[in-house]
Amino acid sequence: MSLDLTKEEYIQETKDASHISMSQEKILRALESDDVRGHFEGTLDNQLILNMGPQHPATHGVLQLVVSLDGESVVGTIPVLGYLHRGYEKLAENMTFHEFIPHTDRLDYLSPLANNVGYVLAIEKLLKIEATERAQWIRTMCCEMARLASHLVWMGSMAMDVGALTVFLWTFTEREKILDILDILTGVRFTTSYTRIGGLALDMSDECKARLVAFLDQFIPKLENARNLIERNKIFINRCEGVGYISKEDAISLGLTGPNLRAAGVGNDLRIDDPYLKYRELDFNVPTATESDVLARYYVRVREMYETVKILRQCLQKLPEGPINTPDAKQVLPDKGEVYSKMEELIHDFMIVNFGNTPEKGVEAYQAIEAAKGELGFYAISDGKGYPFRLKIRSPSFTNLGALPTMMKGAMISDIVAIIGSIDPVMGEADK
Amino acid sequence: MWIELLISVIKIATVLTVLLVSVAYAVYAERRVSAFMQNRYGPNRVGYQGLLQSFADVIKLVFKEDIVPVKANKPIHTLAPMISIFVALTTIAVVPFGHTIELFGRIISLQITDVNVGILYILALTSLGVYGITLSGWSSNSKYSLFGGIRSSAQMISYELSMGLSVVGIILITGSLSLQDIVLHQNGWKWNLVLQPLGFIIFLVASFAETNRSPFDLPEAEPELVGGYHTEYSSMKFALFFLAEYANMIVASTVIATLYLGGWQFPYLQSFGLPPMAVSILQVLTFCAKVAFLVFFFIWVRWSLPRFRYDQLMNLGWKVMLPLSILNIIVTAILVSVLK
Repeated sequence: MSLDLTKEEYIQETKDASHISMSQEKILRALESDDVRGHFEGTLDNQLILNMGPQHPATHGVLQLVVSLDGESVVGTIPVLGYLHRGYEKLAENMTFHEFIPHTDRLDYLSPLANNVGYVLAIEKLLKIEATERAQWIRTMCCEMARLASHLVWMGSMAMDVGALTVFLWTFTEREKILDILDILTGVRFTTSYTRIGGLALDMSDECKARLVAFLDQFIPKLENARNLIERNKIFINRCEGVGYISKEDAISLGLTGPNLRAAGVGNDLRIDDPYLKYRELDFNVPTATESDVLARYYVRVREMYETVKILRQCLQKLPEGPINTPDAKQVLPDKGEVYSKMEELIHDFMIVNFGNTPEKGVEAYQAIEAAKGELGFYAISDGKGYPFRLKIRSPSFTNLGALPTMMKGAMISDIVAIIGSIDPVMGEADK
Repeated sequence: MWIELLISVIKIATVLTVLLVSVAYAVYAERRVSAFMQNRYGPNRVGYQGLLQSFADVIKLVFKEDIVPVKANKPIHTLAPMISIFVALTTIAVVPFGHTIELFGRIISLQITDVNVGILYILALTSLGVYGITLSGWSSNSKYSLFGGIRSSAQMISYELSMGLSVVGIILITGSLSLQDIVLHQNGWKWNLVLQPLGFIIFLVASFAETNRSPFDLPEAEPELVGGYHTEYSSMKFALFFLAEYANMIVASTVIATLYLGGWQFPYLQSFGLPPMAVSILQVLTFCAKVAFLVFFFIWVRWSLPRFRYDQLMNLGWKVMLPLSILNIIVTAILVSVLK
């Protein structure tokens, strides 16, 4: 077919031809509808659309990615979220503040303790009460143990994403030890629901402290072992270096938080910038990097684990004796022994359980903590009833996933999994 | 004449049985070694210490439903696993697993057949192997499988080149393409591992790539391609791919042992003055030990190393291994002509 045909001639000739190819058919349709531009967007119109997820081994749960590919290179990426959406923000409006605590376990299910703490801190701000010294120290430790557990899962699964299968089991062994400690501390290994408004469900026993000390003593050599297996490997470095770059400006404007932001060269950490709990009295560093690639994010998280061990040791030293529940009878659940033996406590228990804590009308509170994935914020508005008028959860995984298309630019199929792994998303939190 | 035929049939049957049983135990070894490396137990329920696990798995797979995707190209979809297993099982025909053995007054060569172009036969068959994987990826009509198939064909073609060139060094030293001659040449300390260290490394790396083992397991890469070329296979067809993968691994080990580790040669065995029968048996056992070590090495590497990326794999193949293997040929050729 010659090139210097007019449009009408082209249409006629193509229509007359006994067999036309698919691309000719497309051109024909485009010419007939006079809308040429719509059909020729992108490169050469021969991209492959690949659907990754929601059931895919490397998408960390139910993240779906629609990737357009040119050979093995990624041209565009669209993350599709919402497969794990359970409507927690709406659920919260129909239950008392205490009833929502178990639901926070299911947000970032790799660090449920940090979610518990973040949520009650926001509600306590709403109620204008504060936990006791001892409770605050224990909560600080909870946050750090959660960070350690979460980072260990991340390290294993990211190594597995790039193909190093053994590290996964090694880090999970360590995480298992943390879960054993949580078992003693909270009574459950996983869905802890440990915090209460104005205090904690249980006190930290001496056995728990001893187990934690024993764990910390053996943890660093074990971590070094796992690091040696992957960090000294040229293949691992090559797979991570320069992959998934995001500029500092993009990272800030997309709202990245946590290790992902710190790896882009922004030393932003709520534990330092806006200290909550006891972080003001603790001595630790915030690791940052400037390369902003998968490897930088890896190193930031690994170094954070060392800082977390440091923090936990200091906490164990400084943990004071004392009560764990604030003596505010109107807002804090009384001790069970007293409920069964004293009239007043029974009434308070009845009121809090049945009608909920009652903040003042029109009060709003936002409290964010530095969770393992980034800034985890709870924003609650009260209209004076036992339920929140509105509860907004600012989940770090959700915003971090927003950076995925930017990081994917110029990546290859194998990089997709490495980048997802380096962002460390947890879909329970991203979808809420 | 009939006796010769009978001997061949017995040899073929024995070798195939041994190969298939060792495939089952290679799978078992992989699971136990990986479990050991990862602080787990691994299979330890079926039979003593789980020794019958692989057979239980095969029986399970036989009884599974065979699912073929609606849009798959059915004849090719069925043919592909057959090609894979065929290639994996026939390559071993030219590998000598011992020198000779005297039974009932007959001297029997411990090799199915001594083809005088043995190396070419191996290279030709491994090139055929890529068809199994590429066709399975294409005929499944799934994008993931297609990627697996394309990756494997590109990978195998790139690595076959350096694999073939690295063997040229050995051919120059030995002056023969027959595997039995190559083994006979490696008597005493003169293993090709010592004479051809660079060629050995190139051949070893290329065999990892040829057998699709980690760190070159891109065609199946679970985190990326969810199993790659065999994503859409189930039941016995999947089992055939699985068997072929491990059979390939064992055959690759036998070829490496034959070409570089002296095959069945036990250094200075003649000087011990043992009866000929004991010598023959010891040689076969030596060969088995070398192969077992190499299989362990394959497993060891898989559970230690991450996976390459596609472009890095190609870079390694074309920009590093190919020039090095050519360099190896040139150096070997010069040394051989100077020393002779």
